[in-house]
Amino acid sequence: MITKRIIPCLDVRNGRVVKGVNFEGLADVSSPVALGKFYSDNGADELVFYDITASTEGRGLFTDILREVASQIFIPLTVGGGINTLEDFDRVLKCGADKVSVNSGAIKNPSLILDAAKKYGDQCVVLSVDMKRVDGKFMVFAKGGRENTGMEALSWIKRCEKMGAGEIVVNSIDTDGVKKGFDLEMLEAVCELVSVPVIASGGAGCVQDFVDLFHALPKVDAGLAASIFHFGEVAIPDLKKSLAENNIIVRR
Amino acid sequence: MIAIVDYGVGNLFSLKSSLGVIGAEVQVTGDSEVLRSSDKIILPGVGAFEDAIGKLRETGLDKVILEEAKKGKPLLGICLGMQMLFEKSYEYGDHEGLGLIEGSVKPIAPVIGKGLKVPHIGWNALVFSKEREKSVLYRYLEEGECVYFVHSYAAMDCSMAVTATAEYGVMLTASVEKENVYGTQFHPEKSGEVGLKILKAFCELQKT
Repeated sequence: MITKRIIPCLDVRNGRVVKGVNFEGLADVSSPVALGKFYSDNGADELVFYDITASTEGRGLFTDILREVASQIFIPLTVGGGINTLEDFDRVLKCGADKVSVNSGAIKNPSLILDAAKKYGDQCVVLSVDMKRVDGKFMVFAKGGRENTGMEALSWIKRCEKMGAGEIVVNSIDTDGVKKGFDLEMLEAVCELVSVPVIASGGAGCVQDFVDLFHALPKVDAGLAASIFHFGEVAIPDLKKSLAENNIIVRR
Repeated sequence: MIAIVDYGVGNLFSLKSSLGVIGAEVQVTGDSEVLRSSDKIILPGVGAFEDAIGKLRETGLDKVILEEAKKGKPLLGICLGMQMLFEKSYEYGDHEGLGLIEGSVKPIAPVIGKGLKVPHIGWNALVFSKEREKSVLYRYLEEGECVYFVHSYAAMDCSMAVTATAEYGVMLTASVEKENVYGTQFHPEKSGEVGLKILKAFCELQKT
């Protein structure tokens, strides 16, 4: 049986992991390599690296970091942040990324998904969508959730799936940071819509939130989170133990 | 020295790095002389079958790989590299493979049943074949350990060669073996410690 995936997300700026990280026994907690290795050794099924550096110089630094991570960590790596062109895909894939996550770049130029899927395969193209309820509808937001694009999220997701997006990351702006659980209503709407893997993001505050997610929505393939893992609020081995005890199949 | 065949398909960075950390001497190469002088050959691959086998034939490396494999040199095909070891693939048409292992490559969608997603992507547990002894590639593994899969096609009609399967609606071929020729549908270079143990076992093989 395929296992449910647990995915920590690391924001990288100027070669360092952003946000305070608090781990015992980890000397350099802002090194993407050290942190990636820590997660990989502790049961993370996949890692997401998010490049939040805008400048060209930062871009170069990020690819150096990525190469170093990929030379030492042998689980799937997804890279996102500032992916606007096929050259961006090429750049990160050559550094050892397995999948590339697109968000604003696809909103600006939807054919990016089509072109990338044709060139690298559907499995390589991950669509990340920042979604928020506006007047009872799910809308797509851009610029880190600050700007309403005016596009309805479900039709946007369907369109991207048809163009070749191989996985969908659903970031609920409504539940993000609230730590009261994933946005089950929003996730269910997406799961009913697509036949590619769906990754839940935004809202996890404790182990039980993941148990509730996979129990309520068996079609969800993975849970993604950042701060609760970084701050040590949820340790991945404990999380996986609880999931297994609740009859959710995970890799141990 | 282990030669990783570079024929312009896929990303070889992680494969090279993973062999590096287990201490193997590796060369990524498209040079037939280097392939001939290597101790072992790894044939990687991602993307479409027709494109990949076409590129392998254009470079003439298909003949070198066949010759070396027939001399008894250990050969490991990974993912699409494994699929190319078979006689035939039915991915978008009807294509001939290297023919080192009997069987063919077919889409998984019609056999796995409704409600399961394609591609089969993620971590899945290895179930060792009951028909034969545990593969030497799994000498450091216990049954049930998970490896990472990404594929929409799988090897079928090859029961004699199957060393492990993974359950996804049906039992899909996870790995095959025929004498000195080995293949894994999953990616050992993306399967964490478990994957490194499989690569280590391959590196330790002797020429037959």
